[in-house]
Amino acid sequence: MSAAGRNVIEVKSLTKRYGDVLAVDGIEFVAEAGSTVGLLGGNGAGKTTTIAMLLGLLLPTAGSIRVLGRDMLRDRFAALARMNFSSPYVQLPARLTVRENLRVYGHLYNVRRIDARIAELSEELDLGSLLDRPAGQLSAGQKTRVALAKSLINRPELLLLDEPTASLDPDTGDLVRTWLERYRAETGCAILLASHNMAEVERLCSHVLMMKQGRVVDRGSPQDLLDRYGRDDLEEVFLDIARDRRTAARPLERVGLP
Amino acid sequence: MSGAPRRVWGLMYRHLALYRRSWPRLLELAYWPVLGMCIWGFTATFLTSRLGSGAAIAASALLGGVLLWEVALRSQMGMAISFLEEIWSRNLGHVFVSPLRPWELVAALIAMSIIRMMIGVAPAVLIAWLFYAFNLFALGPILILFFINLMIMGWWVALGVVSLILRHGAGAEPLAWSVLFGLTPFSAVFYPVAVLPAAVQPFALALPSAHVFEGMRGVLLEGVIHWHHLAWAVGLNAVWLGAATLLFAQQFHQARVRGALLSIGE
Repeated sequence: MSAAGRNVIEVKSLTKRYGDVLAVDGIEFVAEAGSTVGLLGGNGAGKTTTIAMLLGLLLPTAGSIRVLGRDMLRDRFAALARMNFSSPYVQLPARLTVRENLRVYGHLYNVRRIDARIAELSEELDLGSLLDRPAGQLSAGQKTRVALAKSLINRPELLLLDEPTASLDPDTGDLVRTWLERYRAETGCAILLASHNMAEVERLCSHVLMMKQGRVVDRGSPQDLLDRYGRDDLEEVFLDIARDRRTAARPLERVGLP
Repeated sequence: MSGAPRRVWGLMYRHLALYRRSWPRLLELAYWPVLGMCIWGFTATFLTSRLGSGAAIAASALLGGVLLWEVALRSQMGMAISFLEEIWSRNLGHVFVSPLRPWELVAALIAMSIIRMMIGVAPAVLIAWLFYAFNLFALGPILILFFINLMIMGWWVALGVVSLILRHGAGAEPLAWSVLFGLTPFSAVFYPVAVLPAAVQPFALALPSAHVFEGMRGVLLEGVIHWHHLAWAVGLNAVWLGAATLLFAQQFHQARVRGALLSIGE
C-alpha cells in the first residue's frame, strides 16, 4: 500500500469520563497519511483530552485508538517512536541550550547522526543564532520554532500540534505554516492540528472535526463546511456551532470523511 | 548506542548538561555533606580530646555513621530531585510522549542519583580523612555492601516519593527533602537499635539502614562482620524495593487514568 490513503490514526468510540463529567463522548475519526486534520472546538470541547489520549498520556474510559497501525493501549511505545508532539503549554528545559535540548530528544527518539539532523533543522527553521542560547531566554516566537524543531527531530510520520502558531507574529506564523505544508508534502506525514486560528485551519487542513461538549458534532473539508453552513469563513461556522446559531443546510455526509 | 541504553543516556544527558554549566548546583551537592562532616568532625575531636581513647573509637563510629547516612540521603534526594527537575521545567509532557519507558525513566533517575551521591559524598570522605583522621575505606571491602544497601534504600524511598508526587502533585514535593530525615532516628545511625524503646525497635529493624549501621559498628567497634545484619538489610531492601516498584507502577497508571502527567506540578 502506498503511504497516501493509509490510515495513520484510527479512533473508534473513544470515550473519557472523569467521574460525572464526560470529557470525550464516543468520538470516531481517521486521519490518512499526508492529510492534515483540524481539531476545532471551544474551550472544554475535548480537544486536549483527545490529543492526550492519542499520545498515550491519558487512558480512555472506553474505545480504541490505533496510531500507525499500533494499538495505543497495548503497544504505544512503537508508535511514539514514529510520531511527535508540540504544544506551547509544554516547555523544554529552560536552562539547557537549544542544541542541548534537541540532543536530549535526539537520544530519546534514537535519531542517528543527531548533530547533522540538528544542523538540518537549524537551517530549515532558521535556528542558527539560537542553538547555543538557553531555551529560557528565547522570545515566545523563537520558543515556538524550537518546539517545532523538537517535534520534527525524529522525522515523524504523525505530528500532533496544539496551537503551533499561537504566539507567533503573522510573518513567522506564515513561515511555519509554509514549512508544515512542505514537510507534509515531502514526507507524507499526517498532521493533527488543534487550533483556534480559523484562517490557519482553512489553509492547512484537508479535513476538520468540530467538537463540542466532548462530541464531534460536524466534520468535513473546510470548503464542505463553508458550503453546508452557507458561510464565507470557518470562524462563522465555528460560532454557528458553538452558539447553536445555525445548523448545516445539508446533513453530515459520513462516507468518505475522516 | 541505541534502544533503551540510549534513551536512558538521553535523560541523563539532560541532567548532566544542567550541571555542566552551573557551578552553584555542583557546589550545592557537596555543601550539606561537607558541612555535616565538619560539625560532627569537630564534635568527635572534642570528645576524643576530653575522654581519651574510648571516645576515639566511639568517634569513629560517629563519623562512619555520618558518612554512610549521607550515602542513603544523597541517593534518595538525587533520584527524587532529578524527577522534580522535570516537573519544574514543565518538561514531563514531552518526556512521557517520547518512546522512553517508565522503567527507563527510573533507570536514568537511579544513574543520576549515583552521580549526585558520589559528587556529594566524596568531598566529605576526603575531609574526614584529611582533618579528622577517619578513613572510611578502613572498613574494608564490606564497605561496598554497606554502600550498595544504603543506595538501594535511598532509591526505594525516592520511588515512594515520586509515586506520591504522581498522586498528589506539587503538594508532595517537600517529601523529596524531608522523608529520609524522618527515618534517621529509627535507622540507628549513631546508636544501636537496643537504645530505642522496645515498642519502636521492630519498626527500626524493618529498615535496612538499621542493619547496615549495626553491621558498621560491628566492624568498627568489634572488628567483626555481622553477616546476619547484612542478610537482613539485603532481604528488607528487596521487599521494600518490590513494594515501592508496585506503588510506582500503580500511581503511574493512575496518573494516566486521571490525566495528571500533563498537569502535574501546576
